[in-house]
Amino acid sequence: MASELQSARKTETVFRTENLNIYYGDFLAVRDISIEIPKNKITAFIGPSGCGKSTVLRCFNRLNDLIKSFHLDGKLFYHDQDLYAPEIDPVEVRRQIGMVFQKPNPFPKSIYDNVAFGPRLLGYKGDMDELVERSLKQAALWDDIKDKLKAMGTDLSGGQQQRLCIARAIAVQPDVILMDEPCSALDPISTLKVEDLLQELKEKYTILIVTHNMQQASRASDRTAFFNVEANAKGQRTGYIVEYDRTEVIFQSPKEQATQAYVSGRFG
Amino acid sequence: MASPEFATALNMKRSSMSPRTLFSSVMTVITFVCAALALIPLVAVLSYVLINGASSFRLSVFTQLPPAPGLTGGGFGNALVGTFLTVGIASLLSIPFGVLAAIFLAEFYRDTKLAETINFLTNVLSGVPSIVIGAFAYAFVVLATGTFSAVAGGFALAVLMLPTIVRTATESLESVPRDFRQAAIGLGATRFQTTVQIVLPAAIPAIITGVMLALARAAGETAPILFTASTSRYWVRSVWEPTATMARLVFDFATAPYKSQQELAWVGSLVLVALVLVTSILSRWIVRKR
Ligand SMILES: Nc1ncnc2c1ncn2[C@@H]1O[C@H](COP(=O)(O)OP(=O)(O)OP(=O)(O)O)[C@@H](O)[C@H]1O
Ligand SMILES: [Mg+2]
Repeated sequence: MASELQSARKTETVFRTENLNIYYGDFLAVRDISIEIPKNKITAFIGPSGCGKSTVLRCFNRLNDLIKSFHLDGKLFYHDQDLYAPEIDPVEVRRQIGMVFQKPNPFPKSIYDNVAFGPRLLGYKGDMDELVERSLKQAALWDDIKDKLKAMGTDLSGGQQQRLCIARAIAVQPDVILMDEPCSALDPISTLKVEDLLQELKEKYTILIVTHNMQQASRASDRTAFFNVEANAKGQRTGYIVEYDRTEVIFQSPKEQATQAYVSGRFG
Repeated sequence: MASPEFATALNMKRSSMSPRTLFSSVMTVITFVCAALALIPLVAVLSYVLINGASSFRLSVFTQLPPAPGLTGGGFGNALVGTFLTVGIASLLSIPFGVLAAIFLAEFYRDTKLAETINFLTNVLSGVPSIVIGAFAYAFVVLATGTFSAVAGGFALAVLMLPTIVRTATESLESVPRDFRQAAIGLGATRFQTTVQIVLPAAIPAIITGVMLALARAAGETAPILFTASTSRYWVRSVWEPTATMARLVFDFATAPYKSQQELAWVGSLVLVALVLVTSILSRWIVRKR
């Protein structure tokens, strides 16, 4: 199973969705998502609150499976593999596709154990110290904490905690990293650090990031999807993608009026 | 400027005669008096036990057997051992079951009909008078094995402790932030790995507190012990024979006609209270240390 997903890592398009409709019970939360996410690029999801950015993001690593009322129709391919095919094990999916959450959530364990958690699950046989060090360096946290690897991860500052969570996610060498507003709890300096980090990480990983920060999307991403939300006849507020293109296009010459209004801050 | 109706609102000085301030002061006094009244029985019991117990306290009470009726001296060494034994058996029976049940309720069957049913039954069980639990253990263990025993007493105490353990452990597990679970699942941990490696370690201090408090309470229970462990004047030799316990000893000796026995009952009460106190302090200390 693992090897099947691993060897599937070859195509240049990492994710491809076809008419994805996502429901919570009877509620259609997001409709008609058909996009392609390219490899080794940063793709940003922007849009007003409640339009379903997190909902879509969490489909990519099947984290929505934890929500009982969740279901979807349409297709979601990871490379050439149908992610929602019955034979796919969601646990394996999450080992390929890591996630960083909005609120930094290190485990109440040491910094070292936080980073080593994923590799230990996978039964990593190599040099753990070296892997932990490399992951922390990649996450630009090594210099801050190299003398206190035994300190609790939860005692770090917010920005450091978030970088620890990034280190924890990359320690399992995933193919993709999903980030749901990773900077919303951080100060501007930590935010810039994480953004610099993203540029380095995209050499090795494909990154999807949800953000409410327009500057962040325009600075840090290669492609941007603008989501909006519309009430239907029954009063359900369903999200959809208005426009998806290269980031310069979305910010400088969007095709849609709504996109123009949103990125220039004249929304609503 | 301000309209006439609002003129007073501009005066922000505190007036002790305003109805609002007056009401607030009266309420503060009433709350204080109620709190003081509630403390009276607690202080009275503790000081009474302390005064009576301490006056007859000797170290030899821990090592000697109870005196024969009419004689002085002696102690309750066998009852102390018996209490630890029955409570130990009760722990062995109730902690694994209780904590496992809580894990299933909180982690695997959360918000299901099954969990609701078990929760309801646990609440019912915690409301069952302890004498009824004793009767049940009598029928179930004493009659079946043909003897009063520490095992029967331990069984009764286990049934008594179970609801508390299940409830506190479930609450401790449920209070572990969802973020931890999501992070672990997001890293490719299975439900089981998440529970064992992340959720349980985070919940353990709170679980220990709950278990210790249940233990302390069980150690002092008399009703279910009366006709399960029964009592004995000798040291314990086997878990399958009648066994003395502190609670039963206090019950027997406090109502006995001899002064020396009554004195021992007070010392025994003091020891029981001290046990409970030490357990509570210990459990708090464990939580602090984390
Ligand atoms: N677990 C859930 N159960 C039911 N409905 C949900 C659930 N999670 C989200 N929703 C609904 O789905 C819609 C999209 O929510 P989502 O969290 O994906 O929006 P978002 O674009 O990420 O918003 P924000 O920018 O505020 O994070 C909302 O209407 C929300 O109420
Ligand atoms: Mg969101």
